[in-house]
Amino acid sequence: MNVACDHSLYIELYRKMRLIRRFEERAAELVDRNEIAGNTHEYIGEEAVAVGICSALRSEDVITSTHRGHGHLLAKGGDPRKMMAELLGRSTGYNRGKGGSMHIADLSLGIYGANGMVAGGVPIAAGAAWAAKIRKTNQIAVAFFGDGGANQGVLHETMNLAGIWNLPVLFVCENNLYAVTTPVSYATAGPSIAERAKGYGFPGCIVDGMDLAAVMEAARQAAERARAGQGPSLLECRTYRFRGHFTAERALGINYRTQAEMEEWQQRDPLLLWARKLEELEVLTPGDRAAVDGDVEKLLDEAVEYARSSPWPEPEEALKDMYTQCYPGLPAKGIAWHAK
Amino acid sequence: MARQMNYLQALREALALEMRRDSSVVVLGEDVRFSLRGITKGLYEEFGPERVWDTPISESAFVGLATGAAFAGLRPVVEFQISTLVYVAMEQLVNQAQKLRYMMGGQGKIPVTYLVPGSGARPGLAGQHSDHAYPMLIQGGMKVVMPTTPQDAKGLFTAALREDDPVVVFAPAALMGARGDVSEEEVLIPLGKGEVKRFGTDVTVVAVGPCVPQAVKVAEQLEPEGISVEVIDPRSLLPFDFSLLHTSVRKTGRLIIFDDSNRTCGLAAEIAANAAEQLFTSLKAPVARITRADVPVPFSIALDKHVLPSAAQLEEAVRTIVDNRAMEKGSAAQV
Repeated sequence: MNVACDHSLYIELYRKMRLIRRFEERAAELVDRNEIAGNTHEYIGEEAVAVGICSALRSEDVITSTHRGHGHLLAKGGDPRKMMAELLGRSTGYNRGKGGSMHIADLSLGIYGANGMVAGGVPIAAGAAWAAKIRKTNQIAVAFFGDGGANQGVLHETMNLAGIWNLPVLFVCENNLYAVTTPVSYATAGPSIAERAKGYGFPGCIVDGMDLAAVMEAARQAAERARAGQGPSLLECRTYRFRGHFTAERALGINYRTQAEMEEWQQRDPLLLWARKLEELEVLTPGDRAAVDGDVEKLLDEAVEYARSSPWPEPEEALKDMYTQCYPGLPAKGIAWHAK
Repeated sequence: MARQMNYLQALREALALEMRRDSSVVVLGEDVRFSLRGITKGLYEEFGPERVWDTPISESAFVGLATGAAFAGLRPVVEFQISTLVYVAMEQLVNQAQKLRYMMGGQGKIPVTYLVPGSGARPGLAGQHSDHAYPMLIQGGMKVVMPTTPQDAKGLFTAALREDDPVVVFAPAALMGARGDVSEEEVLIPLGKGEVKRFGTDVTVVAVGPCVPQAVKVAEQLEPEGISVEVIDPRSLLPFDFSLLHTSVRKTGRLIIFDDSNRTCGLAAEIAANAAEQLFTSLKAPVARITRADVPVPFSIALDKHVLPSAAQLEEAVRTIVDNRAMEKGSAAQV
């Protein structure tokens, strides 16, 4: 790590990880209180991946995210108020209440959406990279997916396409060791997910996904490579989710991970590791850190308040936004569209 | 100025004109450079490798790629080499491309045109190459057009290319060689506008895609017998021109739907249901559907005709449905 680098950047990265951590904890509380319908998939424990990868991106670069997407969106600059409002299904949410947790998007920030289908967003990110290549915009794209997504056919089709067309895209696998309850060791043939990049002719590497500096460095190299026209990379970031697959998992009483394993990973909490490093470098004292944490809390207080006080969407909104160009009778209502 | 050309040449002309007009139009698909069907023939030579992209056999990936590129400002045209390949890419078509704009609360647009040439049964191709998979695309909310003449092919394809939403263009195998007059200048036929192919007063036949010329022929054959058949070509399957349907059925009082897609939950079912809801008081006879049977198209030429809708079936249905004309007149006289 280059100590001479901008200290304020390091603090900003800490702030972003803290923002993600606390956003997720507060979202889970709101799920428990039934203020958020359904479930969310908490990103807690994986913050260094999103923040490290997005540190190598420019605002015009594109990402696609996953069902566990809040971290990626916040790291790419998403507004926590509009995100929280979306989680609460309000008209002021990013998707005006039509997407919810798994589908938040902000095209103006290059966020081409979280996605409810495993690896579903991967070719969409590659499509943005393809367009950038055609138009020579020097943008790059990141496709986030998990160890579960690593076994989806569309990912492999897309990696092949990115390989033959040398697309400026980063395939970022967040290997948190479990696809819901199924261990990666059981579900994944071959030595590693990173190794699979070889088959498509571009580099793949395993990255310590709990170490922000390691993720930043890997992302920087891959991004430079993509921008230089040298093509795609696959980064397999080894990480761990400290919570269940989704909020409701606690109530299911299923135990697919040992207590010892969970505790071992929590020793390597990415926020603690980064905070410790910044303390050692005398970039961020515990007192300063408390101040950052306080600012984050204030931001989230505002986000929750903004969401709660935002209006619900009007019922007629349910039939809007389906098409850019509309025609009589489209979309059909559940009753005859011309009925009086 | 109009010239004679065939349906595929008309599609090709529409695409080339649009690519000259709009540099954001790019083509991708399997073997589009050498072009098995001929629609993309010569485009690589004219527009170069950054506008015409041969893909590996990876339908899900290249459909998804088109979605992402469309968000980024391109207007991709995706050619499916075989009509049933849309099944392979169904998740990227209906769960991603068609839903994302809505699910994102109206952000962005996805102007992708999917070209499905050669749809429908041809002898010897059996069950996996013979479908017109539009009902399930329509159920997914996807706009679908199916031109039946070269002029309509040019005009509807151009409209699809200019639409800011995903549109699927079906070019049925049975019509690809059809010849007709095509205007030299730009042709633009709006989505959602059907056309009366032949005026009549006794029965309305809504014929879809390759069924249209067959229906017109049946109408011509029955005319000397005093049976007057009105043939409607919807051209656009979603949006569907229900207003044209209603006008016609209010006049004829009888409706037959002639459609080579599946019977159960197919397009004909939706048209029939709409008529039952909206045209009940105008109908003098039950609505009839002539559709494909709900089985895969069998290989043997001794079998396939038993599952595909035919002109003979239509003719019989028309004769049956108009059979009660005399009775109506009789009962009216009794009153």
